[in-house]
Amino acid sequence: MQIERLTKRFEPDAQPAVNNVSLAIDRQEFFALLGPSGCGKTTLLRLIAGFETADTGVIAIDGADMAGVPPYRRPVNIMFQNYALFPHMNVARNVGFGLRQERKPRGAVDARVVALLELVKMRALAARRPGQLSGGERQRVALARALAKEPKLLLLDEPLTALDRKLREEMRFELKHIHQRVGITFLMVTHDQEEAMSMASRLAVMNEGRIEQEGSPEHVYENPANRFVAGFLGAVNLFEGKVAGAEAGLLIVDSEAGRLAVAHSPLAAGTAVAVAIRPEKLRFMTARDTTTPNVLPGIVRTIAYRGEASTCQIELASGQLVRGTMSNGDGKAPVFLPGAALSLSFTPDAARLLQS
Amino acid sequence: MNRLSLFLVASLIFGFVFLYAPIASVVVYSFNASRLVTVWAGFSLQWYGALFENEAIGRAARVSLQVALIAATGALGLGTLAAYGLVRYRRFAGRTLLAAMTTAPLVMPEIISGLSLLLLFVALEQATGWPQGRGIATIAIAHITLGIAFVAVIVEARLSAFDRSLEEAALDLGAGPVRVFLTITLPLIAPALAAGWLLAFTLSLDDLVIASFTAGPASTTLPMVIFSSVRLGVSPQINALATLILIVITVLVAGANRLLRVR
Repeated sequence: MQIERLTKRFEPDAQPAVNNVSLAIDRQEFFALLGPSGCGKTTLLRLIAGFETADTGVIAIDGADMAGVPPYRRPVNIMFQNYALFPHMNVARNVGFGLRQERKPRGAVDARVVALLELVKMRALAARRPGQLSGGERQRVALARALAKEPKLLLLDEPLTALDRKLREEMRFELKHIHQRVGITFLMVTHDQEEAMSMASRLAVMNEGRIEQEGSPEHVYENPANRFVAGFLGAVNLFEGKVAGAEAGLLIVDSEAGRLAVAHSPLAAGTAVAVAIRPEKLRFMTARDTTTPNVLPGIVRTIAYRGEASTCQIELASGQLVRGTMSNGDGKAPVFLPGAALSLSFTPDAARLLQS
Repeated sequence: MNRLSLFLVASLIFGFVFLYAPIASVVVYSFNASRLVTVWAGFSLQWYGALFENEAIGRAARVSLQVALIAATGALGLGTLAAYGLVRYRRFAGRTLLAAMTTAPLVMPEIISGLSLLLLFVALEQATGWPQGRGIATIAIAHITLGIAFVAVIVEARLSAFDRSLEEAALDLGAGPVRVFLTITLPLIAPALAAGWLLAFTLSLDDLVIASFTAGPASTTLPMVIFSSVRLGVSPQINALATLILIVITVLVAGANRLLRVR
């Protein structure tokens, strides 16, 4: 699927909901559109499905321009956030609805419905009405219904948001598994960065109608393009400062937390930058240990125990609060309690420089 | 609140007695053997028998049923269209005016509706030759104007609560707009349509004022027959008729309520 320079405004003078978006999604990809609510990701999905008309720009699926093609003629199916199951039809009739529109012979429709219900493990409940199903069961039916016509592209609008936490985590694996089995391109919209990263092969981060960054989850997480992406995809500590110069192949930044060395291509001295460092990349050391570069002395303020690790807030000498992750794994690493003095450090290649 | 004060219970009982005792007495006296309405002389079904042999009442019942059928069906069609337009098109010139005018008959004094419709029909007849005199057609048209408001209010409520994503899902699955309407929208709003039809039917069946204005000499409706015969003195036959109408209307209204309650 190709999207080129797509723009949509709901009011003539308003901020566009989708602003000059270009995107290419390959066949059989699992692509995630990630962004905060109101960033335009759902509008983009509705544009692709054909429920909204773009002001400018092109949507093409398999080379065919979708302009003027109504939703019922597009090779695209959507799974709605609220599932939108037809309350007056049972599960099997819901799943077979799309197939019946193609006027396929009854036997073929029934066989396909059974196969789909088998795929989502809902065969036993085929005669139930949606009102008699749990949230997770409804989600499975909605998925089967959207897959029934073997669309070229399956759109998933916040597919797991309506489920409770445990079910959500199970369904992540199951959706991925189904994606592999059916070989259909999936385009998922979500505001949950963990969901996007764990399921998608590629993702795009959206904000205020624009795509901020696009790439594999690892690439975007490790190399965020700007402050928004860094902060939205996971947690990040930012040290604002200015480039001071270069030294031994490292860029030196004078920041509010002191002088920091970062592995980065040279920049003109005086350029305003932010040094970004993920919490899990900060090493915890006792206050006396100051032999490594990029040492930030501070005091532990709060510790949130999360089981496999603890998230700590550390107050630096500058007064800035920094987030760090303390592994609870082997019991050998030093344990710090609130109020303890310590030093944080990071290697020059663990940090990233953000200019915007 | 687990104990009701004596005053509250007394008020409640008084209220219900005030409302329903007269109706109950109509029903009870319809089974009276005596010719006098106020003297009980034992149980009898004779007035029901007489009722079915009374040709004037039989004719009026047929007129009333015809009018009610036409009026309910017409009101259902137009009221549904009005409701659909009001709910689905949030912005068009005159929307507020349409919304107000659709529901105005709910509060319009019937005497004014009746009078204005009578004047309209007379003027129309002079100008175009139609309607030639007044009859079932003119009463039905008048009742349609009344029924539209009720149908529109009921259907509008249902459509407002309607989840649009159901229609979008059907469109997405390859059903064209007409099929979406027939297979998704219509079955889901059908209870409201049925309820609207029943209410319009009921309204038409028991309307006296508007019917009196718009009826012709050969098209007397049941309420008109009752009203005119009561002026000559109440006959137990009328009690029997009133009881029958009461039963029909109770069944219809209860049916409409039930349809609206079930999801």
